[in-house]
Amino acid sequence: MKLSLGPLQYYWPRQTTLDFYASVATMPVDIVYLGETVCSRRHELRLDDYLDLAAQLADAGKEVVLSTLTLIESESDLKALRRLVDNERFVVEANEMGAVRLLAEKKLPFVAGPTLNVFNAETLRLLADMGASRWVMPPEAGRELLAGMKPMLPTGIATEVFVYGRVPLAYSARCFTARRFNLQKDTCEFKCIDFPDGMTIRTREGADFLSLNGIQTQSAKVYNLHADLPELAAAGVDILRISPQSTGTAEVVAAFRASIDGKAATLDGDTCNGFWHGRPGLELIGKAA
Amino acid sequence: MNAPNPIELVCPAGGLPALKAAVDNGANCVYAGFRDDTNARNFTGLNFDEKSLKDGIRYAHDHGVKVLIALNTYPQNENWSRWTAAVDRAADYGVDAIILADPGLMAYAQRAHPDLRLHLSVQGSATNYEAINFYHERFGIQRAVLPRVLSLAQVEQVIANTKVEIEAFGFGGLCVMVEGRCALSAYATGTSPNCNGACSPGKAVRWEQTPQGLETRLNGILIDRYAEGERTGYPTICKGRFEVDDETYYAIEEPASLNTLEFLPELVRMGIRAIKIEGRQRSPAYVAQVTKVWREAIDNCLRDPDRFAPKAAWMAELNKVSEGQSYTLGAYNRPWK
Repeated sequence: MKLSLGPLQYYWPRQTTLDFYASVATMPVDIVYLGETVCSRRHELRLDDYLDLAAQLADAGKEVVLSTLTLIESESDLKALRRLVDNERFVVEANEMGAVRLLAEKKLPFVAGPTLNVFNAETLRLLADMGASRWVMPPEAGRELLAGMKPMLPTGIATEVFVYGRVPLAYSARCFTARRFNLQKDTCEFKCIDFPDGMTIRTREGADFLSLNGIQTQSAKVYNLHADLPELAAAGVDILRISPQSTGTAEVVAAFRASIDGKAATLDGDTCNGFWHGRPGLELIGKAA
Repeated sequence: MNAPNPIELVCPAGGLPALKAAVDNGANCVYAGFRDDTNARNFTGLNFDEKSLKDGIRYAHDHGVKVLIALNTYPQNENWSRWTAAVDRAADYGVDAIILADPGLMAYAQRAHPDLRLHLSVQGSATNYEAINFYHERFGIQRAVLPRVLSLAQVEQVIANTKVEIEAFGFGGLCVMVEGRCALSAYATGTSPNCNGACSPGKAVRWEQTPQGLETRLNGILIDRYAEGERTGYPTICKGRFEVDDETYYAIEEPASLNTLEFLPELVRMGIRAIKIEGRQRSPAYVAQVTKVWREAIDNCLRDPDRFAPKAAWMAELNKVSEGQSYTLGAYNRPWK
C-alpha cells in the first residue's frame, strides 16, 4: 500500500504552508495532493506557487497531483479550473464533474476525487473510460461498498481511502467562519486563517461535534483507520490518504508507514472510524474504549 | 416583444392526495418517488406503490400534467439491480421523465430506454455549466435542477452557456449545503441522503421535555433546546443551535423557507424553464396552497413581467406554510456574501 497526503483543507499563512511542504519532502509519503479545494477566495498561495511546490516535491521523489476546487460556481472559478487542467505536467484530481469534462475532453488522465460520489462500479467504469486512473472512495462509504466494488473494478484503477484527519462532511456556498464573526463572505477578512484546524462546534451540552472550515463542515473528531489497516489491506486498498493537520502530521505519517512496513505502531486520540464499519461516522468501533 | 419562455411549475407529490392537490391547483408537472431508498425522500408513509402511482399518472395525464419520478440516490453494487428495476418500472408506467443523480444509472437508463427523458437531480451537485454540459454530452440529460447555492448572476451564467433546460428551486425547505455533498446526517446517524435517501431519519429523532426546556436529539446528539413558547423545528443538523467559543447560535443556518417569488420576472428573463417547489414530505394542504399561489404568480408574471410584484396576499399564504414561519431568498440573493 502507498501513502498519500491529501490536499490541505485549511487556510494557513503562506510561510507556514511553504514550511509544511518543505517538511513533507522528507516524510515517507508516496503521493502528495496540492491545491485549494475549499474556498476560491483563499490566496496565500496561487496556482504558480503550487506549481513551484509541485516541482520541488517531484524532485524529492513524490508523485504530485493537483486537486481542483470542490464547489465551482462562478466564471472566475472556471477560469482557475481551466488553468489547473492545462498545467501540462501534473495529473489533476477532479473534485466535481465540470473538471471531469475538461480533463476528458483533453484526454488527460485524472484522479476521481472523493466528492465525485462514486458509489458503484458502473459509474467508476464510465470514469475509467474517460481517463480516471484512480478513485478516492467517498468518506461516508466503507468496507461494505469496497467489498462490492472489488470484483468489478476496472482494470488498472487504483483505490484510495481517506484514513486520517477530520472528515470533510459538507460544502456550502455560505461561509460559516465568516458567519461566526458576522462578516459577509466577500469581505470575510479571511478569518479562517486564524483557525489552522477549523473552528469547533459543540452541542449545548459541551460535546465537540463538528468543525467549521470556511464553506466546509468537518467532523470535530479525527477519523482514524490506523487500527483497521489489516482490513483495509485485505479489502484491496492501494493508497491510504492522510489529511494534513497543523500539528502531528509527521507522526501520523510515520505511524501509518511503520504499520504498512509490518512494524508495531499505535495512533491514539479522540478518534472515530464509524463510516468504515457502516456505522454513524462519529462512532469508534472495535477498539478498547 | 417576444413572448417569454414558458415556465413549468414542478410540484411535490409525497402521495396520491398531494399529487391530486398539485394537479388540481395548476401544476405543470408533479414529481414523486417509489416507496423505498431509490429516492431522496425515503420517509415512512411517503411515496407511491404500484397502484397509487398508476392511478396518479392516469390522473395527472388526464389533466395534461406531466409526472417526473425521482430516482436520485446513489445505488451500490449489491443493490444495483433494485435501482435499474426502478428505472424500468418508471419507463413501463409511461412517466414523462426520471430525475437521476448517479452517472452509472444515467448510462443504464440511456441504454435501456433511449426514449425516456432524463433530468439531472439536484443531488448530482452540478453547480456550473461545464458540469451540466458533461451530463448532457455523456448521458443526454435534457434538464438540470440547480443546487440551492447559486446567486442569480451565477444562474444566468449557467443558462447562457448550456442547451440544457434549467430548473431552479422556487419555494420550500432549504438545504444550505450543496445537495449530494452533505454527509452530516450520515456522520450523526448512519443514514445518508446520498445512499439511503433520508436526512435526519425519524427513527433517530427524540423530543424530550426537560427542566432546561424542550430538547431535540438526533441519535442522542443535542441539536436544539427550546425555551417555553419558542417555535420548535425538526432536528436537522444544519438548522440546530450550537456553541462556538462562548456563543450559542444557529452556527450553520437559521431555520427558514426559501421563497423566490419576488425574483420571478428575473428568472423568466434569464430563461429559467422550470420552478421547483420543495416538499414531498409536506401535507396535501401545503401542496395545494403553494401550488395555487405560484400558479397565479407565474401566470401573472408571464402576462406582464415588467409590472409584476408579489401580492401581499400571496406572501401571507406562503408564510403560513413556511418552515419557521419566515422565509429567505437563499443564495439567489446574498445578504451574507
